[in-house]
Order: sequence, then C-alpha cells, then structure tokens
Amino acid sequence: MQSISEKTSELTKIRADFPILERETRPGVKLVYLDSTATAQKPEAVLRAMDDYYRLHNANIHRGVHTLAEEATAMYEDAREQIAAFIGAKHSEEVIYTRNATESINLVAYTWARANLKSGDLIILTEMEHHSNLVPWHILAAERGVRLEFIPVAPDFTLDMDVYRTLLKQEPKLVSFTHMSNVLGTITDAKEIIRLAHRAGAVAMIDGAQSVPHFKVDVVDLDVDFLAFSAHKMVGPTGIGALYGKRALLQAMPPFMGGGDMIRKVELRSFVPNDLPYKFEAGTPAIAEAVGFGAAVRYLNTIGMDWVADHEQQIIRYALERVKDVPGLVVFGPEASVKGGVLAFTLEGVHPHDVAQILDMDGIAVRAGHHCAMPLHQKYNIPATTRASFYLYNTQEEVDQLVTSLLKVNKMFS
Amino acid sequence: MDDLYREVIIEHYKSPQYKGELNPHDITFEDENPLCGDHLRIDLRVDEQGKVTEAAFSGHGCAISQASADLLLESVIGKSLDEVKHLNKQDVLDLLGIELGPVRLKCALLSLKVLKAGVYGMGEATDALTEE
Repeated sequence: MQSISEKTSELTKIRADFPILERETRPGVKLVYLDSTATAQKPEAVLRAMDDYYRLHNANIHRGVHTLAEEATAMYEDAREQIAAFIGAKHSEEVIYTRNATESINLVAYTWARANLKSGDLIILTEMEHHSNLVPWHILAAERGVRLEFIPVAPDFTLDMDVYRTLLKQEPKLVSFTHMSNVLGTITDAKEIIRLAHRAGAVAMIDGAQSVPHFKVDVVDLDVDFLAFSAHKMVGPTGIGALYGKRALLQAMPPFMGGGDMIRKVELRSFVPNDLPYKFEAGTPAIAEAVGFGAAVRYLNTIGMDWVADHEQQIIRYALERVKDVPGLVVFGPEASVKGGVLAFTLEGVHPHDVAQILDMDGIAVRAGHHCAMPLHQKYNIPATTRASFYLYNTQEEVDQLVTSLLKVNKMFS
Repeated sequence: MDDLYREVIIEHYKSPQYKGELNPHDITFEDENPLCGDHLRIDLRVDEQGKVTEAAFSGHGCAISQASADLLLESVIGKSLDEVKHLNKQDVLDLLGIELGPVRLKCALLSLKVLKAGVYGMGEATDALTEE
C-alpha cells in the first residue's frame, strides 16, 4: 500500500504526462476532465509515437521491401504483440485490428454468427448493454430470426444470475455481455458468466470497452472466446480497436470485409483468404493508430493496471461519499466494491443537459444523455443521466470541484 | 455562455405558461431529439380563419428546449398557419435572446421542428425543414 504522499507525487507525475490537462477551457478556468468513459485523454508518449511514425517511418505495410515499409510493418506488428500480451493472449495473431469495439462486435455478428446461427437459435445479452452490443444482434435477429434474451439488472444494479441460470436451460448459442457498464459502472462477474455459458454449450463474448482500460483483463484466465475493446478509451488514439478471438474460432470463421491484404490468392472469379490475423484486416489499416495503440499499452504497463484499478476505486469511493452532500442527487449504480470509476446521476428538477452545461462553465467536462444505453434508462424511467467518469489522472480535488459546482447548479434552479 | 441561463429561461422552464395537452385539438405532432432523448409534443387549436387560438406542449427536456417551446407557443397565438410556416431558426433565437453552440441549438430548435412538422403535415414537413 502506498502512503498518501507517495500516491500524490505519482499522480502529479501522471498528470504531467497528459498535455491537455494543462489547458484552460477559457481564461482562468482550468479543465477538469471527467469524461474518460467517453474517451480518455492521451499521454505525450502516445502523441510522440504517432508523430514519429509519420515523420520518420510512414509507408504502407506488408508487401513493401524498402526500408520504410519494413520499419512500418515491424511497428504495426510490434504493437499487435504488445496488445496481445496486455490482455494475456497466447498468440498475437489472435488479436485482430478493427476500428473500435463496436466494429469488433459487428465482426463477430457478421462472420461467426452468420456462419453458425440459424432461425430460432438463442443469444443471451444483458439489460445494461451499450447500443454496440445490442443493435448488431437486433439486425441479426431481423435477418435470421435468432432470438434474444436479456439477463436483467437486479435492484442492487448487478446482473441477476438466477435468471441467467434459468435462461441457460434454453441452450443459447452465444452469451455476449459487458464487462463493465458504461452507465452504472457495474463490473460483471465475467469469469462466472463465461464458465456457465461454456457449460451450457455457448460461445462467450465480452464487450471490454470499459474493462480493458481500467483493470487487468486476462483472456486465458477468463477463458473468454471473444473480447472487444477500443484504443481511444485506454489513452490511445481514435480509429482503432481490437477483437481478440480464440485461434480455432477465428480460423473457422469466414472473412469479414473483402479487399487487399486479407487474401492469400485471388483469381478473376475466386479468392483464397489469408492466414490470421490478416484474414480480417482488408485494405490499408490505421497504421499510425496501431502504433499509437501499442504506445498506449506500453504507457499503461509502466503505470501498472493494478495501480490504475486501485486509484479509480479510491476515487469512486470518495465521490460516492462526497455527492451525499448534494441535495436531490440520485446515483445509479451498485456499491463501490463492484463499481468502476463511473458516476451516473440525476439531480432533482434539473435536466442532465443543463447540469452538464453549467458544470462546463466551471471547466468541468461531464456527459449528459442516455450514454448509448437507452434501454437501461427506459428501465429506470428516466430520459437521461449526467455522468462523471474517472481515470488514472483524476484527483480527489477534482471530485471536490464537481461537488462545489453541483451545489451551484442547485442554487441556480432553486 | 453565462447568459445561457438568463432569468427568462429559468422562469419559463420552471413555470411554463403553455405546458399541457389540448384534447381535442386541430393539429398535433410529436418528435424526439435522439441525441438526448428529449421528447416533445405540441397541440394547436385553430379557428375558421386559420389562426392559432390555443397551443400547448408536453414531454420532457432541458431548460433550453422547454423554455424555447414555451416562448415559441406564446408567440404563435393569433398567428395564421401561413405565418407559422414562415417562422425560422432566428425567430426562436430572438425569443430566447441567447447565442447557442451546435449541440444546444438542437435543444432550442426541437420545438420549432415539431411545430412546423405539425402545421405542414407529415408529407411537406421534411422539405420544409431541410430548406433552412
């Protein structure tokens, strides 16, 4: 356990790595960034890696034989190895580059699911999914007649495992669920959900958009079949994400998009797909972004994911305690021990958009709306929430500033 | 930006004059702002000359969208449907007396969108709104 002063000095060092945290949103008003669940800020190391790539090594990857092409290819593949190691994957070709977690889920929906599911087959999801793990399955359901069932969110904001066990008796083909809700902050018991899914004969997929950035996720330990995540939520660039898949599953799947790089051989009327991971990476990929993704993973490794998780746990505990001072504020989410650094709330008599706008006047960046989880908001019969979210660079002082500004909102609307 | 929550806006948000439903009504329409989930319905009563005699809005939304709906409906009482058709973005901003960024502009203009869609009828509404 670190002492308070060790912790403070480490946090000061981390904050100095993120240039944007220095900026003011207007003269004299310093940025308080509490929107990392939407996208994280980027450290100097990531910015420099991408800048260096463009200044010194830019070339198209794979078939080139010149020096730059060799360097660019090596950087692109080195990043893949870093990412694979970060999630504990045994083989780097089990990591497929995509645009983001959404595309990763769609890849599975368009290839694995269309090759393996037929009318009447069951997919189990949860009530707390982001639209990215709902709509691909809605589309599939309309097209193929597969059935969708949902693990309910219990009154304590965790998943109702009893209902899940009952649903499993219907022999689902796939269980796809979030590892951490982007609204409630609920961290799901992924290992148990997967174990039960496998016992029922189903394939298991994790939407890890909110878990991989915030705590150690080990695909071998979880025994998960597919894991989707995005670089931009873990201090990397936008435009790139990854799909982890067990090798045997990926090998058996048909390709996703067709084009260059994903082929081994093309004839006028036919093609033979390439090996993993290239089979799923058609066209020139986001090379600089992959390099940035690798740098992001290296950066998080230097801090340590245990430190990140521990820090966020401290911040959310502190925040849950402090917001009790704000009259009319209702938090949506479970108690701190199963909750990530996400604080979604309503404030009586004030619309979330107005809350967010007034906080912005004090430089505080939060999000207002349904956070791409409309069904979850419908469940609680609220149109929207305000959401403050925390990451490795946030401080207790920032929580204090949030509380001060919320009291101001109350005063304006009283 | 501090002007955004001018007293007039907070007042119309907290104590709207035109909030409610008109049953029966001559014209009604509802729509949402998919960005924030705001939902708005507007009902109108119109006399033989085609002038608006009564108006009401219902639904939920932020202070900007609710205040703009209230101010907008206040302004259409006594206007002909033809005049209502010619209301535009600037008219709403003039009523609110503030300037808005692109995100909040959608909140302010939801009421105009719903009002015009109702007055035009579904078919014509799309054309009318893209013109702006």
